[in-house]
Amino acid sequence: MDAHVEQFPPYRKSEAYDEHSHDDHGHAHHEPGFWGKFIFSTDHKVIGIQYGVTALCFLFFGLMLMLLMRWQIAHPGKPVPLIGHLLELIFQHPGMANPAAGGVISRDLYNSFGAMHGTIMVFLGIVPLAFAAFGNYVVPLMIGAPDMVFPRVNMASYQAYFLGGLVMFISFFIPGGAAQAGWTSYSPLATSIPTHGQLFWIIGMILLISSSLLGAVNFIATIIQLRAPGMTWMRMPWFVWTQFVTAFLLLLAFPPLEAAAIMQLMDNVAHTSFFLPTGLAIGGNLAHISGGGSPLLWQHLFWFLGHPEVYVLILPAMGIVCEIIANNTRKPIWGYKALVYSVLAIGFLSMIVWAHHMYMTGMGTVISTFFQATTMIISIPSVIILTCLFISLWGGSIHINTPMLFALAFLPMFGIGGLTGLPLGFNVSDIHLHDTYYVIAHFHYVVAPGTIFGLFAGVYYWYPKMTGRKMNEFWGHIHFWCSLIFMNLTFMPMFSQGMAGMLRRMADGGANYSAAVNSKAGGDVIGGLSPFIMSLHTPILWAAICLGIAQIPFIVNFFWSIGHGEKVGTNPWKSTTLEWQTPTPPPHGNFEHTPHVYRAPYEYSVPGHARDYTPQNEPEISTPAAPKIATTAH
Amino acid sequence: MEIPYTVEARPDTGLYNAKVGIWLFLASEVMLFGGLFSAFVLLRVGAEPGTWPHGWQNIVLGTINTIVLALSAITTLMAWVACKVRDFGKFKFFHACTLLLALTFLCIKFVEYSEHLNHYEITLANGDIYDGDMVSNDPTQDHVVIRGRKDQILKNGEPDLYDLRAQKDIPESEITIPRSQISQMDNYGPWHNNYLALYYTLTGLHAMHILGGSIVIGYLWGPGRKLWKKDPERFTNRVEVSGLFWHFVDLVWIFLFPVLYLT
Amino acid sequence: MSEPHTAPVASAPQSHDHPVEFNSYVRRCAIVLGVVFVAVGLMIWTSYIPEARLDWSPKIAIILLIASCNAFIVAGFLMHLISERKMVYTILGFTVTFVIGLFALTLYAMSDFPLHTITR
Repeated sequence: MDAHVEQFPPYRKSEAYDEHSHDDHGHAHHEPGFWGKFIFSTDHKVIGIQYGVTALCFLFFGLMLMLLMRWQIAHPGKPVPLIGHLLELIFQHPGMANPAAGGVISRDLYNSFGAMHGTIMVFLGIVPLAFAAFGNYVVPLMIGAPDMVFPRVNMASYQAYFLGGLVMFISFFIPGGAAQAGWTSYSPLATSIPTHGQLFWIIGMILLISSSLLGAVNFIATIIQLRAPGMTWMRMPWFVWTQFVTAFLLLLAFPPLEAAAIMQLMDNVAHTSFFLPTGLAIGGNLAHISGGGSPLLWQHLFWFLGHPEVYVLILPAMGIVCEIIANNTRKPIWGYKALVYSVLAIGFLSMIVWAHHMYMTGMGTVISTFFQATTMIISIPSVIILTCLFISLWGGSIHINTPMLFALAFLPMFGIGGLTGLPLGFNVSDIHLHDTYYVIAHFHYVVAPGTIFGLFAGVYYWYPKMTGRKMNEFWGHIHFWCSLIFMNLTFMPMFSQGMAGMLRRMADGGANYSAAVNSKAGGDVIGGLSPFIMSLHTPILWAAICLGIAQIPFIVNFFWSIGHGEKVGTNPWKSTTLEWQTPTPPPHGNFEHTPHVYRAPYEYSVPGHARDYTPQNEPEISTPAAPKIATTAH
Repeated sequence: MEIPYTVEARPDTGLYNAKVGIWLFLASEVMLFGGLFSAFVLLRVGAEPGTWPHGWQNIVLGTINTIVLALSAITTLMAWVACKVRDFGKFKFFHACTLLLALTFLCIKFVEYSEHLNHYEITLANGDIYDGDMVSNDPTQDHVVIRGRKDQILKNGEPDLYDLRAQKDIPESEITIPRSQISQMDNYGPWHNNYLALYYTLTGLHAMHILGGSIVIGYLWGPGRKLWKKDPERFTNRVEVSGLFWHFVDLVWIFLFPVLYLT
Repeated sequence: MSEPHTAPVASAPQSHDHPVEFNSYVRRCAIVLGVVFVAVGLMIWTSYIPEARLDWSPKIAIILLIASCNAFIVAGFLMHLISERKMVYTILGFTVTFVIGLFALTLYAMSDFPLHTITR
């Protein structure tokens, strides 16, 4: 068995790695206490785990919010079972009407759940998990670096994220509750709501954006500067490429949203009118503002980030899937170069497609055509990536384990998500589908059975490197199959609902709308939300509840396996990439000596080699060809 | 294993780590101020003709600030040069100059903000508009006193105060206005119109960057100088990197000044 | 005025591959400062040209052009951008492209809207 290195060896201080402010005291090296090791650590692995655990908690919280909303949609006006009283208690404030009076979710409360579900899942859940957690832990190991290039900045970025998350979480408990204007926080609604939730949202966003910016700088500089000798750009595992492009998107696309958030903050606090037009009336009265602002300006600046943001959500997951497919087919990925150029193309194009979220704002035909064209073009590299991953399966020796199940399922699920995006990309069809449940189904397919499956795959895959134990396979399979089935059952009906005309963000699930339209027409009309469409709410609710329950095996498995999982060596998956060539868990500084890289990242089943995998840092050996062991299928 | 290339350059990129880091950070700052400038352009282009202020800023103070900041950019560079030639005394002198110039900039900014916040626009019930600096706004008195002028209403119905450049020949005097006649009284804060909102936001964010940069430079000049004894090259790199940030802040002002003061 | 890319001076490890001369820097700083003063003066003078002689739109264009030249001088010489590495140019190149995209596409989108419905 490989040497089992102590979890956190004594912190080794060396000349240039003296990032602490102890350089002025010249201390001898000392062991950091609990706080130094686990809370204020600058080690990328600890920070990665901090990000990961925090993000998983927020994902779970977002799931809870979703369940509350789905209940409300299926049973509008009825008290929430089991926790209705708890909600009533949490949201009661003296002098204000209780938004959860009697355990019933009021419309404002529903809106705040909706806004925060989106914000939390995107900015507090997926981005920190996909980009910061996996990136922080794996990328320096994969490129042969001792740590990130700016360890203290790394720690600061986690702390900013934590603070931002705290601000967002606390906003639920202030009088008036959390933000209610959607995760997109459109003005003038965001400025007209008289409570402070929006203010907390903006402050939280500024903290989160700062965290992402610091992280992005760190990632890009690390990948540029700290690749081990021999690790050329085209020898990097594709996961590192996706993280690289993701970091660039975060670096360049987030600041205009930060600028817009500052301006919305000024609108809220200093009574400016950046986004408030002249003649705005709130509650029937002319607003006391200077006017002259433009609500469209907010939309442009928001979606300038908003679109690259969705690529931030998907690219790391694609990278993880690629690693796992290569590993579990025991052959190199097909089309590595195509993958690299595609991800670069996606990164570039994603910055010039944003107004396809704004087709319904009265845009003219010329500019619409431009954005439609770029939107269609950007689907090409996405398809190339998916195709390369699919073709990689051909002729492979496919090993089925939990990570591979999630990775395999990612492909068709992302395919569905991507294909259903096409009618939304054309403004002709988008007229019908904009702001309906079709959009919700589309993006949830890409993010939920898409990205999140990729992230689950990553957790199962890299768990042995972090802990030295594998997660339980049986419960992993249960988690997978239940998640797959219930995610599809939850989101597939929403396509029908959307095409039938059900709009987003309706607190009663369309009941009033349906009744009004149908009664006027004297019966069922197309777009009037037929009883069948309305009846889909109940199976969706049950599927969502089962989906939530299906995560319990994962959570239990995650914690139970730390102490009781099957113990494994340093390279249980027999992988070629560098992170598996370290001790488990990797010590501070990762590698005893700088690794030298001699090979491409996916040298599996190389003819003439004894083993069916050749690690990247294994030098060329000029021995006569060993007898080929028939483990690979060609 | 130590982190390589913190001091010496990586051969293929020719850069040391912090330099890559700071240029990446500056790229994001370009996008940040770019977002604000794009907001400026959009709101300017979308404004009603004749209602966008011209000449509401104090060009003298603005020019002084421009010169102060340009000088501070020079002294920052010279501080780095002094480090490069290992003259720590000169480094201390130049960075002290930089800090003093930064402080001067912020003080002048404070004066400008105070001047604006003390400038009122008063609309009477009969439609007359007066604008000027507040002399007396005593709540116990039944009148306010401003030092300014009565605005002429132009042919298109707009008051002429939007283009103060053209009005500089009109004399100012002390005007007493009874409170009973006032229908609206507002000072030149960010709430007054979008031009001022953009002015305060842009210069405010810029001033925060000046403050942040000053703190970093102050740290290097003060407690951070201990690294000089242990690893002078690394310290020099830190001075260079903070200097790059400072030059960027100067660059932003080079565009802010004409856009806000001269257009 | 750009430094030649010579071999590192054989003293303390240099992160730049060109030696630094104090006096040459004093000279270059003086020149840059002079250019900045001239540029600022030109901008102010241009802004005071009366409306009758120079319309508002070209006036702003000229002022911004002078500002850009000013910025180029500061960035080029004070930030050493003229002798910077390809990696930095690449980063900045992409940034500038996207800033231009942000400005141009947003402005165009705001001005391109249908004026009439189908049934006039």
